[in-house]
Amino acid sequence: MKYLLIGNSTAAIACIEAIRTLDKQGEITVLSKEEQFCYGRPTISYCLAGLTDREHMNYRPLDFYEKMGVSVHLGVSAESIDADKKQVKASDGKKYSYDKLLVSTGSRPFVPFAEGLDKVKNAFTFMSYDDMEALDKALSPEKEVVVIGAGLIGLKCVEGIFDRVKKVTVVDLATRVMPSVTEEESAAMIQSFLEKKGVEFVLGDCAASYTENSVTLKSGKTLSFDILVTAAGVRANTSLIADIGGKVNRGILVNTRQQTSIPDIYAAGDCTEGYDSSIGADRVLALMPNAYLQGKTAGLNMAGGDSEYKDAIPLNAVGFFGLHMLSAGVYEGEIIKVKDENKLKLLFVKDNVLKGFILINDFLRAGIYTSLVRGKTPLDGVDFDMLVEAPQLLAFPAEARAAKLSRRA
Amino acid sequence: MKRIYVNEQWCLGCHLCEYECMYANSGLDEMFKLKGKAGKDILPRIYVEGGEKSPIHFAVNCRHCSGTACVNGCIAGALTKNDDGMVVIDKDKCVGCFTCVLLCPFGAIMPAADGKAAQKCMLCTDNIKGEPNCVKYCPNNAIVYEERE
Ligand SMILES: Cc1cc2nc3c(=O)[nH]c(=O)nc-3n(C[C@H](O)[C@H](O)[C@H](O)COP(=O)(O)OP(=O)(O)OC[C@H]3O[C@@H](n4cnc5c(N)ncnc54)[C@H](O)[C@@H]3O)c2cc1C
Ligand code: SF4
Ligand code: SF4
Repeated sequence: MKYLLIGNSTAAIACIEAIRTLDKQGEITVLSKEEQFCYGRPTISYCLAGLTDREHMNYRPLDFYEKMGVSVHLGVSAESIDADKKQVKASDGKKYSYDKLLVSTGSRPFVPFAEGLDKVKNAFTFMSYDDMEALDKALSPEKEVVVIGAGLIGLKCVEGIFDRVKKVTVVDLATRVMPSVTEEESAAMIQSFLEKKGVEFVLGDCAASYTENSVTLKSGKTLSFDILVTAAGVRANTSLIADIGGKVNRGILVNTRQQTSIPDIYAAGDCTEGYDSSIGADRVLALMPNAYLQGKTAGLNMAGGDSEYKDAIPLNAVGFFGLHMLSAGVYEGEIIKVKDENKLKLLFVKDNVLKGFILINDFLRAGIYTSLVRGKTPLDGVDFDMLVEAPQLLAFPAEARAAKLSRRA
Repeated sequence: MKRIYVNEQWCLGCHLCEYECMYANSGLDEMFKLKGKAGKDILPRIYVEGGEKSPIHFAVNCRHCSGTACVNGCIAGALTKNDDGMVVIDKDKCVGCFTCVLLCPFGAIMPAADGKAAQKCMLCTDNIKGEPNCVKYCPNNAIVYEERE
């Protein structure tokens, strides 16, 4: 069996690990546009801040490919797929054939067009190791930075660079920070914490035009900068599949077995749109745990197994300067709120299940909540008051608890 | 592999295992020297559920489970399941994002005392004790270390 994987990040690594549980012999080949050994993509902000270093960013041990018997081609992009011949044409001029193909091409930064953007000299995005290196070289204590985008990636970038520059201002069209994972109160708490740190925000506004060193916003306000970072969202890399007539929406469409609409081609990770059980519909879930589980499912099926990934939910753990927010699921239904000075717990309950939660600085054992959300556990079967107080296994009936404590799954 | 299992009916909720855990991982030569440090400079990796009024108690630590939700979600590749089946953390790689805390269905991985990295039970293979100190000193057999497949 010949496996070919496009992309060399979380989804691809998970796929390799899964294939090797079932097939020790098959030939595995990886094509990677990026030149680095696989690294933890989210660690780029930690590296800028000095919270990790380049030597520790490898996502797997350095003998991973060797041990797994994988041939990796770093710096080689897949350019097109020939699904009839089962071949992929790559940037090194070679053609790679496959029996089973994984597309795990991730996403790319979305840079909204505004007049004059091409004149900005020190413009960066923040998605890759190369982006990190470029930004690292540009940072210095006298510089002012404007970050476009108050989403997770924009704010992680802020944390990464904050202590290394003079000033950071974040601009977002949305009226609250991290709009896709917060609601009003949690967003306000995070924003005010970051403001106290010295980060400035201009929300509900967006770039109208740029000069080399400034941006004028829709409101008329002008901000000058030495460095511009655009982190205004991402777009899934779907073209390899779209180009050959495969089904694509905002991501490559996949079923719960991670199959695309084209035979023997699977897709996993940020490039896909798959089933999100928290909303009961397909959507892009551009998150690490999801990329891993999709990649794993794809790998098992590619190697002849039978696996479905049916319980995907949004999951987010994000921290800034010591503040931590953990969240999961969707924010619908009755809200149970526990608030303290710098802590917040919001639980969302509907139809006898925990639909989602947001925890700020009060997150010990949060995975017990996550398991309730993921498993859609009926709340009348557990001691929910106890769970509101703190996530604990004691809140489960004796039998369920015993199963949990002895079970290995 | 050998794992730690709970005998809920024999657990008094005395929290001794938590102290034995902290002691094992503290590098201190006498347990009483934990005084003033326990729960502050060093945190246990095993957690006893059930408060003073609760009729039920049991100790929870990493199950070294087969789902390995923590490993799957780790953003830094700091968590791995080793060849023996034990889930280990490389604290030099951990960046303290706590995605693992969000994912572990048993609530068995937690921030270390400095808040900058996660910590979890590695069955005392990462300290001088070599095998689970909590089990060794539990007077009631409420936690045991055995092979059960
Ligand atoms: C700064 C930052 C912080 C983040 N923080 C978090 C976090 O805290 N928690 C979380 O859950 N998620 C976080 N994420 C998201 C997380 O990184 C992604 O969900 C995850 O990396 C997705 O993995 P993937 O394998 O799908 O794709 P990616 O990691 O995007 O990798 C895809 C790879 O495919 C390569 N590629 C693309 N096209 C081709 C081609 N034609 N040929 C060959 N190779 C190709 C790309 O160059 C890339 O290397 C963060 C992302 C960023 C950028
Ligand atoms: S920390 Fe939790 S998820 Fe990770 S191996 Fe242990 S029990 Fe499993
Ligand atoms: S806290 Fe550390 S071990 Fe846990 S997911 Fe984050 S990097 Fe991995």
